[in-house]
Amino acid sequence: MVEPFLQSFVIEGSNFYDAGKASTEIKLILKQLGIDSTVIRRVAIATYEAEMNVVMYAQHGILIVEVTPRTIRIVVNDLGPGIPDIELALKEGYSTATEKMREMGFGAGMGLPNIRKNSDEFRIESTVGKGTTVEFTVYIN
Amino acid sequence: MGCMRVCPTQAIRIRESKAFLLRDRCIGCGECVRVCTNHAVMPVTSSFSDFSKFKYTVAIPSPVFYSQFGKGILPARLLGALKKIGFDDSYDVACASEAVSIAIQEYLDSNQGPRPLISPFCPTIVRLIQMRFPSLLDHLIPIESPMEIAAREAKHLKMKELGLKEHDIGVIYLTPCPAKMLSIKSPPRKKHSFVDGTIAISEIHPTLIQILSHSDNSNGEAEIRGLGLGWPILGGQLASLKAEDCLAIGGLTDVIRIFDDIENGKLKDIQYIECHSCPTGCVGGSLTVENSYIARGRVLRLVERFGSEPCQAREKIRKLYQKNFFSLPGRIPSIPLRPLDQNVSKAIQKLHQKQQLYESLPKIDCGACGSPTCLTFAEDVVKHRATADDCIFVAMKDFESMSFDLLEKVGSHSRKIRRTLEPDKA
Repeated sequence: MVEPFLQSFVIEGSNFYDAGKASTEIKLILKQLGIDSTVIRRVAIATYEAEMNVVMYAQHGILIVEVTPRTIRIVVNDLGPGIPDIELALKEGYSTATEKMREMGFGAGMGLPNIRKNSDEFRIESTVGKGTTVEFTVYIN
Repeated sequence: MGCMRVCPTQAIRIRESKAFLLRDRCIGCGECVRVCTNHAVMPVTSSFSDFSKFKYTVAIPSPVFYSQFGKGILPARLLGALKKIGFDDSYDVACASEAVSIAIQEYLDSNQGPRPLISPFCPTIVRLIQMRFPSLLDHLIPIESPMEIAAREAKHLKMKELGLKEHDIGVIYLTPCPAKMLSIKSPPRKKHSFVDGTIAISEIHPTLIQILSHSDNSNGEAEIRGLGLGWPILGGQLASLKAEDCLAIGGLTDVIRIFDDIENGKLKDIQYIECHSCPTGCVGGSLTVENSYIARGRVLRLVERFGSEPCQAREKIRKLYQKNFFSLPGRIPSIPLRPLDQNVSKAIQKLHQKQQLYESLPKIDCGACGSPTCLTFAEDVVKHRATADDCIFVAMKDFESMSFDLLEKVGSHSRKIRRTLEPDKA
């Protein structure tokens, strides 16, 4: 049994300069492991969306990546406003982004749907006023 | 050691005071050529004697060439001067650049596919995508480079005119950078290039300066015109297009950042990105002579005087485009970086080892071990290209603990001796 590879990243809310760093670093990790480029791209897109959700809405969050020989699992835990209606948030095009976020090219309402679309397992839990946990897995083969 | 530090893909190692290139990591950008003060890094160009096998030679200078001489020296005169230094003929590439611009426009207007599309004319960028961003290979526009179009045209023209066979005519590209040589030697898509050899602009420059000082301005040839004259500078391609929502990006750091963004699913509303490995565009190539900003100024002046109108009919180019005159068949293969191990489980184990070693390193990227950064050093150790005590900090720690053991031993020994000599005090 191989010990899974784990790495964690701290994501700061409203820090748009560093946004995308975790996604980029995870890509580099997966490339060193020889993971197929289409799998890497799915992970990159999903991770980036999850990262952006923290940057846009939460105070801060932690992203953990776990790689086993079969799966890539990402867990993103944030301290933020939480999502009152998850069902609605999962709908394509639904967004609570402010005008300012939209000006920056975000808030198309594709964040969570994109994560779900690009992963093989997807789970979300949220408590209003406390925060949100998004967990998704991409299969390597 | 400058070369090792400056290499954007960490492809250079120093072993026993000599630089070595890890070929599978090199993207041919030429930064090492630029910074080497010992002239140890020499790009492989052709020599004039290589061309003796051809019955007829044609020089096709990169349009960058036009910006490397004094103010009043215009392209037509330069093309004439090339015929005085041993080439049988010379042929302008800027005209092909213009045709390619029109072809890009056609492609953008008629193709749905992934966005943003990426310009494929800087060979370093293509190689970067092949190695680090294979998922973006579909974004490269499948259109032939002006260099190849011009070489093909020059050959066909001379075959018809002189009744020669294709292999009798040698087409020599005067290049601003080593990357172009790479693309001629092994074109990413097709079997062979129409270009038969390359000579660095910097190599041919002194000879031309001499010739030009002996010849006068009036040579009666028509001046080179057209939208292609602006191609050598960053943004020059875009200026010749009519497309909206386009970007021009120069310099590998910024290009890599943009490619990361595209891989993350951003920038989908951008149509086309002109990418250059050199921050100022091709005028900044490492085999040029003139300061790239001065060269840029000269290109802008040329464009102002001769480059505002196309030199060929759009309709003609459009028809050629429809006949696949510009299209590049075939897929560009990816060149994946070699993983830590072919087996994922083993690769994960090695990644653990790498991380563990990295944590014990000083993380100051001093380079004394011969690897450019502590992280690449950790990888080199895991890949058996180096041993941990090549790091002087690791070696010092080893030495410290070794000498500590030794001192301990000496100490306990001397205590024993003391005890035997002075039994009362013990």
